[in-house]
Amino acid sequence: MAKRIEASNVSSYYGSFKAIDSVSMVVEPKTITALIGPSGCGKSTFLRSINRMHEVLPNARIEGSLTIDDQNIYDPDVDVTAVRRLIGMVFQRPNPFPTMSIYENVVAGLKLNGVKKKSVLDDAAEQSLKSANLWNEVKDRLGRPGAGLSGGQQQRLCIARTIAVEPQVVLMDEPCSALDPISTLAIEDLMFKLKDRFTIIIVTHNMQQAARVSDKTGFFSIDKTGDPGRLIEYDDTQKIFSNPTEKKTEDYITGRFG
Amino acid sequence: MSLLERESSGVVMTTDNIRSQKLHVGLNIGIAAAALVVGLALAYGFGIGNYVLGVVLGVVIYLIGLQIVAGRIEGRRAARDRMWKTLIYAACVLAILPLASVVWTLISKGAGRLDGNFFGSSMNNIGARDPEGGAYHAIIGTLEQVGIATLMAVPLGVLGAIYLVEYGRGKFATTVRFFVDVMTGIPSIVAGLFILSFWVLIVSPWFNNGTPRFSGFAASLALTVLMLPTIVRSTEEMLRLVPGPLREGAYALGVPQWKTILKVVVPTALPGIVTGIMLAVARAAGETAPVLLVAGGAAAINFDPFAGGQQSLSLFVYQQAGDASRYAPARAWTAALTLVAIVLVLTVAAKLLARRNSLSK
Repeated sequence: MAKRIEASNVSSYYGSFKAIDSVSMVVEPKTITALIGPSGCGKSTFLRSINRMHEVLPNARIEGSLTIDDQNIYDPDVDVTAVRRLIGMVFQRPNPFPTMSIYENVVAGLKLNGVKKKSVLDDAAEQSLKSANLWNEVKDRLGRPGAGLSGGQQQRLCIARTIAVEPQVVLMDEPCSALDPISTLAIEDLMFKLKDRFTIIIVTHNMQQAARVSDKTGFFSIDKTGDPGRLIEYDDTQKIFSNPTEKKTEDYITGRFG
Repeated sequence: MSLLERESSGVVMTTDNIRSQKLHVGLNIGIAAAALVVGLALAYGFGIGNYVLGVVLGVVIYLIGLQIVAGRIEGRRAARDRMWKTLIYAACVLAILPLASVVWTLISKGAGRLDGNFFGSSMNNIGARDPEGGAYHAIIGTLEQVGIATLMAVPLGVLGAIYLVEYGRGKFATTVRFFVDVMTGIPSIVAGLFILSFWVLIVSPWFNNGTPRFSGFAASLALTVLMLPTIVRSTEEMLRLVPGPLREGAYALGVPQWKTILKVVVPTALPGIVTGIMLAVARAAGETAPVLLVAGGAAAINFDPFAGGQQSLSLFVYQQAGDASRYAPARAWTAALTLVAIVLVLTVAAKLLARRNSLSK
């Protein structure tokens, strides 16, 4: 199920502004990869390039190639919607659909893609909510609005919504930045559980989190404001946090910079 | 001594002065009563006006008196705060007064003809000496014309707004947006003249053996022209309020754009869109000039909006108000009351419907 992702020389632009400069990396299936680096260095832009969410913004474009199991998702004949079905995404701020109940939020991806059978939807909702560690908290109020949950619950609801469509890769853009430590821990536990089924790439500002959850870590940085972000170092998490090759990486993770 | 204390006179920052005296409510009412008495005395005493001027003077004197007395008791800042608050309340009352007055006038004068005859008959064969006669034909006309106009304007307007917000990029969208803005300011009589010269004089002869004719449908067309820009603009604003991350959330689930718009964006903005549509409907229901120009108004009942002149409530009000018959003004008032009631019922119904779809029940 889970897929291998290979980025080669990916550069992303906002209009004439180059946000990231030729990033190349390989993400193996069923691993968690963390992307770290100072604000504005292009981690999120790179993440959004992986499921073609980057181009939703006006004038945004991309160069280079991004393959998922040797299929270049930026080929002209590729259907964007199909790509996004394969590669799900969890955003920085929880964004449950305000007009839908908890149940409708979880099955939104299935329902809007044409699944109609109630029994299938019910099953999927329960399974996804259980995977997202949310089932016990909401099973008695599935008909209530999704926006009425607490921030941490909403984020887990969004994760349940994402995994309900069973994508092969899950991208997470600082999923815990708005959450308290307990909710953060719940989501980290969840990521370990999901690792068996999905390839996960997570952007985080929390270095302990990167060290705790990820197998591999990529460090992004910029030289100065206005320059494009670059991938400085990409290696096993163990190595990055104990014995990084690059001086810049060491400065960042030890807190001397950024 | 802090910087604030040094530079701003009147600021004292110690723990001893965080309490202050409050103006007693009784004293407040006393000032108000005294101000009213003084105001009335001035107005009548000098013979410069009646009770209206007295009350106005009273309010002004009350505000000044309040400022002085409260300033003595509470201090300058608190007194100024109190005076502005009172002014804001006064402005609010002033804004509601005309509205309440309109409703009261409508009900008191319109209740006289609120009978079965008014709602059950038309003005056909009603002479100047007949006290009967009603607005049945006008109610039919208003409902049909506004209904047809809504059926045409709502899909066009909402789809146009969706294009502008979700798809429109570049010159074409900018041009459309500009012309929608311009159209918002079109006087209703111009819309009526446009339909008169275009539809009634050029197009309608094709369907009527070469003779131009008035119709309720022509009135609907004119109302559509008036409703479109309002609906497009309000829907556009509402769609823009839907946060981008909601759309991205749906895209990330592999939902196509059109389905995202249909199932996520529009439902989120629905209550606001409905409010905009109801504003447009209310405006259309109250338009007189276009109906006069292209539907002509008729004394008899005409159910067919496509053939022959048709009446509408606002036009009926206009005609009855200018009629020489002593029974006409009463009909005009009742028709006006009916029109307001219809718009009110439609608005409330639409709001309830829009709310049922979301989860806020």
